[in-house]
Amino acid sequence: MADADLGEGRRRALPEWVPALARILGTVAVTMLGLMLITFFIGRVVPVDPVILVIGDRAPKSVYDRTFIELGLDKPIWQQFLIYLGQVFQGDLGDSFLTKRPIISDIARVFPATLELATVGILIGTLFGVPLGVFAAVRQGKLADQVVRVVGLIGYSAPIFWLGLLGLLLFYARLHWIGGPGRVDISFEYSFTNRTGLMLLDTAMQGEWAAFRNVVGHIALPGALLGYLSMAYISRMSRSFMLNELGQEYITTARVKGVPERRIIWVHALRNAAVPLVTVIALSYAGLLEGAVLTETVFSWPGLGQYLTNSLQKADMNAVLGCTLVIGTIYIGLNLLSDLLYTLLDPRVRRRT
Amino acid sequence: MHYSRNLLAATAMALSLFASPQVQAETPADTLVMAWNIDDIISLDPAEIFEFSAAEIAGNSYERLVTYSNDDVSNVYGGAAESWTVSDDGLTLTFKMKEGKTFASGNPMTAEDAVYSLVRAIKLDKSPAFILGQFGLTPDNVEEKIKLIDPMTFSMTMDKAYAPSFVLYCLTATVSSVVDSKLVKEHEVDGDWGYDWLKTNYAGSGPFVIREWRPSEAVILERNDNWTGGDTPAMSRVIYRHIAESAAQRLALEAGDVDVARNLTPEELEALKSNPDIKLQQGAKGAIWYLGMNQKNEYLSRPQVREAMKYLVDYHTIADTIMKGKVTVHQNFLPEGFLGAIPDEPYSFDPAKAKELLAEAGLPDGFSVTMDVRSSGDTPAIAEAIQANMAQAGVNIELIPGDGGQVLTKYRGRAHDIYIGQWGPDYQDPNTNADTFAANDDNSDDAAAKPLAWRNAWQDEGMTKITRDAVLEGDAAVRAKMYEDLQREWVKTSPFVVMFQQIEVQALRKNVEGLQIGPSFDTNFFYTVTKD
Repeated sequence: MADADLGEGRRRALPEWVPALARILGTVAVTMLGLMLITFFIGRVVPVDPVILVIGDRAPKSVYDRTFIELGLDKPIWQQFLIYLGQVFQGDLGDSFLTKRPIISDIARVFPATLELATVGILIGTLFGVPLGVFAAVRQGKLADQVVRVVGLIGYSAPIFWLGLLGLLLFYARLHWIGGPGRVDISFEYSFTNRTGLMLLDTAMQGEWAAFRNVVGHIALPGALLGYLSMAYISRMSRSFMLNELGQEYITTARVKGVPERRIIWVHALRNAAVPLVTVIALSYAGLLEGAVLTETVFSWPGLGQYLTNSLQKADMNAVLGCTLVIGTIYIGLNLLSDLLYTLLDPRVRRRT
Repeated sequence: MHYSRNLLAATAMALSLFASPQVQAETPADTLVMAWNIDDIISLDPAEIFEFSAAEIAGNSYERLVTYSNDDVSNVYGGAAESWTVSDDGLTLTFKMKEGKTFASGNPMTAEDAVYSLVRAIKLDKSPAFILGQFGLTPDNVEEKIKLIDPMTFSMTMDKAYAPSFVLYCLTATVSSVVDSKLVKEHEVDGDWGYDWLKTNYAGSGPFVIREWRPSEAVILERNDNWTGGDTPAMSRVIYRHIAESAAQRLALEAGDVDVARNLTPEELEALKSNPDIKLQQGAKGAIWYLGMNQKNEYLSRPQVREAMKYLVDYHTIADTIMKGKVTVHQNFLPEGFLGAIPDEPYSFDPAKAKELLAEAGLPDGFSVTMDVRSSGDTPAIAEAIQANMAQAGVNIELIPGDGGQVLTKYRGRAHDIYIGQWGPDYQDPNTNADTFAANDDNSDDAAAKPLAWRNAWQDEGMTKITRDAVLEGDAAVRAKMYEDLQREWVKTSPFVVMFQQIEVQALRKNVEGLQIGPSFDTNFFYTVTKD
């Protein structure tokens, strides 16, 4: 059948992508192993007795001893690590020490909340950050540049929980423009079914527009805050990348040739500045996906950041390791993605590989 | 030029999208919404529940064998059980179940369910199992000790003739909740007594049914129409919303998105007093605040130093100005509301008196020690105030902050100098606190039981004996007297400075009536709540 053709095609393609893939997989494996190793040992070194956190302070000795063995703490630490690794290879992140629920299902529950919030944040951050950065670069040294700088600095240095609480006080408690803590009002909680865990998507797909509006009202402030935070960073970086490009000779050439200024900025310069900018945006996104602990706490957002912090405080090592793996995967995945985008944006990279 | 105008337009558009005004929120008329930090829930199985919020949820959704009146704790009466008799030798209690009770599932409740529930709790042997285990019940013998007599009667045989008051108070604990044995058995896997299933599900007969628990998000309860214990609750749904940040709880309460806020700080409560839509209500809880002084420390082990420290806490100032009414001064190990509790207040802030005592102990210039402090909640504020108080007599305290697990691990390892913390009773009988504060059978480093007295390396054989004798005293009045005398002696010599009793303060919307605050979290009831 077509097998023969395929096989031939694959053989021809082999030298092209196999080493590249092997290199990527190798990097992923080493990074993950290192991550797990460090997290695991830090978790075991902290002076906290995980058994007490599981059974509470009052349990009698028999319960303590049994739990100690159930958690595998009687084995040497390297053996505990190997057992854990074995589980992970079978796709099992283990059960929470505390709730005995599978970590996988816990993460599947909390991650969509963070994903939704981070995506809204990065969209706002990019849509506003890039144009602001370009604008500041074009008007370098002028008043507009200074204004953008100050706006960025405030976003960069104001504590987010303070901004969050202040925002809640103003827009929620005083003006009633937006929803309060949580992802949706209780009155809408049962008006749609949870399919993706992304409430904006779920409500929109099911045509529950009243619920959709409510969800928008809830995500607006935390999303805008995270957006502001990443906008501050992205606009600073866009500005400096743009300044770098605008000083290049090809820009001068273009100007001499009479290319309209708008085209020079938005097409010629920005296209080149976009290459490093993609990495900046990808890493900002990864940072947001890690779960913004403070934002999630202030807004009672049941996401990854809150889950990770709670697990850390309760020394629930399996949960912490599971989250670490997820976050590591996100970073590596987004890094790979930005590498891929490089090749799309920069023909030279494409030709070289 | 163009960019700026375009940018402005885009910004304005985006802002108007986000700022779509929402109607002022109000919770539905038949729904009670409470904001509470419910991160402590790890299980909804009554055989495992030992946490404040889960205990409150179980108290409203399961029925216990025995219960007590919130107005008068000494009034103990039947919950799921109708009546009981004690055998002549005092070893066997026979319970008769109430007729006509039905679980939410529709299954009738019989003595079989009660036997199953108690046996199950002992066999599972989770944290609260020891409350029942105290009567000589072990996983190996429980099936012989707890026996079905007829469909509505069962008996429980103990290893000693314990005071009936002691046994009955223990049977008011969450762990004695009656579960629907037929339903739970359907979910048994490999002889696990349905544990995996009941952790996140419900098999009870109380006024409300646990519909859903979404960790760190919400617990949703719905009215149980099969419940017969009282008038039909006005609320058809009760929702706990997890809001960790107290300031956000306050905002949600003021905006009307929640009806009750449960974790407000003293400052926030103070500020709410001026809001006409909000009211406060309070009730004394069993938790007490105390300092534990490790007797392995060369200074703290001197009797005069122990006494001096009791004069070095400015009790009333801390209660009134720092805690603003979230605690009340209480100086002994049995909190108000317990059998044998005494309101005596033998100590007041008196640095001069403390200095005299320190001089007697050979420390006229004071000394230096450390204090381990949880860096969350109200503990740091109280610890700092005590640090300042004690400095007035030359006692220099270095505060060592840590998270809960860290501080507790150190405390249980007897590696602290002074520990500051809260202790909540495990069940409503005085033995729970006497057993931990006054008794210590074995002070060696590898002792099997590690009560608070052990953690502070303190042992008093006389008081240990009184504690052991008190649980066998059949006459409740004599028993109460024993605890009173024990406490009067204990407060003088023990290495504990008991300072306050916790007051639970709830902030409610004006229209919420009938929310009950009991002496324990499992007696906070909302089946009587109405809203208008």
